[in-house]
Amino acid sequence: MFKNPYIKAVLISVWFGLLVLPFAGIRTALLLAGAVLAGSAVIAAFKALGRAGLFTGVKRAEVLLGSTIEGFTHGPRKAVALSVILALLLVLPFTANRYTLDLATQSGIYIVLALGLNIVVGQTGLLVLGYVAFYAVGAYTYALLSTHLGVSLWASLPVAAILAGIFGLLLGAPTLRLRGDYLAVVTLGFGEITRIVLNNWDSLTGGPNGISGVPRPSAGPLIFTSLEHYYFLVLAMAVVTVFVVQRLNNSRIGRAWIAIREDEVAAEAMGVNTTMLKLLAFALGAVLAGLAGVFYVAKMGFVSPESFNFLESVIILCMVVLGGMGSIPGVVLGAVVLYLMPEALRDFQQYRMLIFGAAMVMMMRFRPQGLIGTKRRGIEMGAE
Amino acid sequence: MELFLQQIINGITVGAVYALIALGYTMVYGILELINFAHGEIYMLGAYLGIIVLGFLTVTGLTAVSLPLAIFLTIIAAGVICAAYGATMEKVAYRPLREAPRLAPLISAMGVSIFLQNYVMLTQGATDKVFPPIIPKKSVMFSGVEVTYIQIFIVIASFVLMAGLHFFIMRTRMGRAMRATALDKKMAGLVGVNIDMVISVTFVLGSFLAAVAGVMVAMYYGLVNFYIGYLAGMKAFTAAVLGGIGNVPGAMIGGFVLGILESLGAGYLWPEYKDAFAFIVLVLILIIRPQGLLGERTPDKV
Repeated sequence: MFKNPYIKAVLISVWFGLLVLPFAGIRTALLLAGAVLAGSAVIAAFKALGRAGLFTGVKRAEVLLGSTIEGFTHGPRKAVALSVILALLLVLPFTANRYTLDLATQSGIYIVLALGLNIVVGQTGLLVLGYVAFYAVGAYTYALLSTHLGVSLWASLPVAAILAGIFGLLLGAPTLRLRGDYLAVVTLGFGEITRIVLNNWDSLTGGPNGISGVPRPSAGPLIFTSLEHYYFLVLAMAVVTVFVVQRLNNSRIGRAWIAIREDEVAAEAMGVNTTMLKLLAFALGAVLAGLAGVFYVAKMGFVSPESFNFLESVIILCMVVLGGMGSIPGVVLGAVVLYLMPEALRDFQQYRMLIFGAAMVMMMRFRPQGLIGTKRRGIEMGAE
Repeated sequence: MELFLQQIINGITVGAVYALIALGYTMVYGILELINFAHGEIYMLGAYLGIIVLGFLTVTGLTAVSLPLAIFLTIIAAGVICAAYGATMEKVAYRPLREAPRLAPLISAMGVSIFLQNYVMLTQGATDKVFPPIIPKKSVMFSGVEVTYIQIFIVIASFVLMAGLHFFIMRTRMGRAMRATALDKKMAGLVGVNIDMVISVTFVLGSFLAAVAGVMVAMYYGLVNFYIGYLAGMKAFTAAVLGGIGNVPGAMIGGFVLGILESLGAGYLWPEYKDAFAFIVLVLILIIRPQGLLGERTPDKV
């Protein structure tokens, strides 16, 4: 209708200005309209420069960077890269301040969570939106066992893992035959029901106040008091998780999961036991979340339903998607980036969730395969 | 008995609201097979716009002249602005992803939802907003049951809108194009239906209805917050699924059924679990009868 790019840009800026006018007032509306106009001018300029061939160098650099990263994540230098990262992580507590260490510890918990969800969503292709329910099961199991029965962290770990796994199976079994987004909604419903129950079952869970005073865990004579202890605990957990998930990924089970994700009917026809494998994915994802929950409570010494809302599920899902579904280095990176991004945006405290939401939309539009996509995934997610 | 009837009346009122929002979910799902997670936020925007526009009309003095006219204008204005939001949302967040795998638009929708919530929180503040108390709190009694004017208004307005929508879908050219697109997008495109236009119109209609629901809820409860969209959206989605997603009359029936169920459940069983009811209904329906009350079973496409 409006082919002239100048008129179009003006119209778009007026449109957005009018949209925000009733909410934000005239000043912000004018500012936004101006910003949109300036933005479209910049985009137009870049496009013109691109047509003039100025960006071939940039493109080449991007490709080169991509293949370098690929070399580290999939290629021959993988072992070197991994040992360097591990060494850095091991010396971190001796150089970093408390704040950094705390961030690193929490990132580790998110890495475990994201890797667990990656099994379900990234590898098996089952969209689960209520993942925090499993996290909550693990967290509350440990909190209850330790405060009421005085069970230690180490004894609670298997209990929490088994309970979360059972919870995963309970959720997985009836929902197996549902298609993609129906499954998403049912799991969302389960997640919300779990949170509402935790919030209202005062006699067991302490209701909205949660459970506090979880004793500090110990290992033999060593009592975990300092942040360093927790850091190493979580680091060990994360490393073991990465190892296990990596081994699974390259195993018969991992390949079967990917087959289910790509084409369930074809996978079944080739003799993959889809029911068992989907249940296994659910259970394993839940177990990892349960373990992460235990470590979370061990570190915080406190748990409340607040930590397990829908947004948390969405953020963990975003870690998987942003990093690159099905790609283990990608998911690890996604977890760290997404957890640290709000911290980095601390100066824009109020705007950070706004930016976060916009980033989700932009990411899906411009780089749906994630930061480090898997090659296997590439075809479906339309890379290149 | 009085309690029972009172709960039914309350249930029908909320049900009408759920039904209006559910229509947006079901129409979008029928055409795009997308769960528009941001639809609840449009309803929330509508509720805010109700307060903002009515406030503006009060300043200009119109509410003093004629309150019904002011309310009518408020509803129309909120509906139109939300329709613009809906169309923009589709264009920015969903249209570029139409050929992408199904997960992509779903995540994009959640992004829009987070964005809109925080946008309203930033521009309107994080505290509750109060609807101007200019609507008379009058009510009529039917054999011991109190029915407020606002409740009557909500139910009548919803029925009028639903009838209007039904007429639009069944009797107009654009409505026919919408039905054709829902049946087979590609084929409809081949016989000359402007698919992009149809999808835009779908979002416009759904957003308009959600906005009206938002304004009416703001009048009914008197309080609005930036996070009301999520829960209302989930409940309306439940209503859509209950009726059979993609099925327009189903969404209307689903809304009323859910509203009444929830109201009775909260009144008689466990009030503190009121919000869990919708989710339990949702989970049960999807597991037991995923096609909903009126939906047809669609075979999985291979």
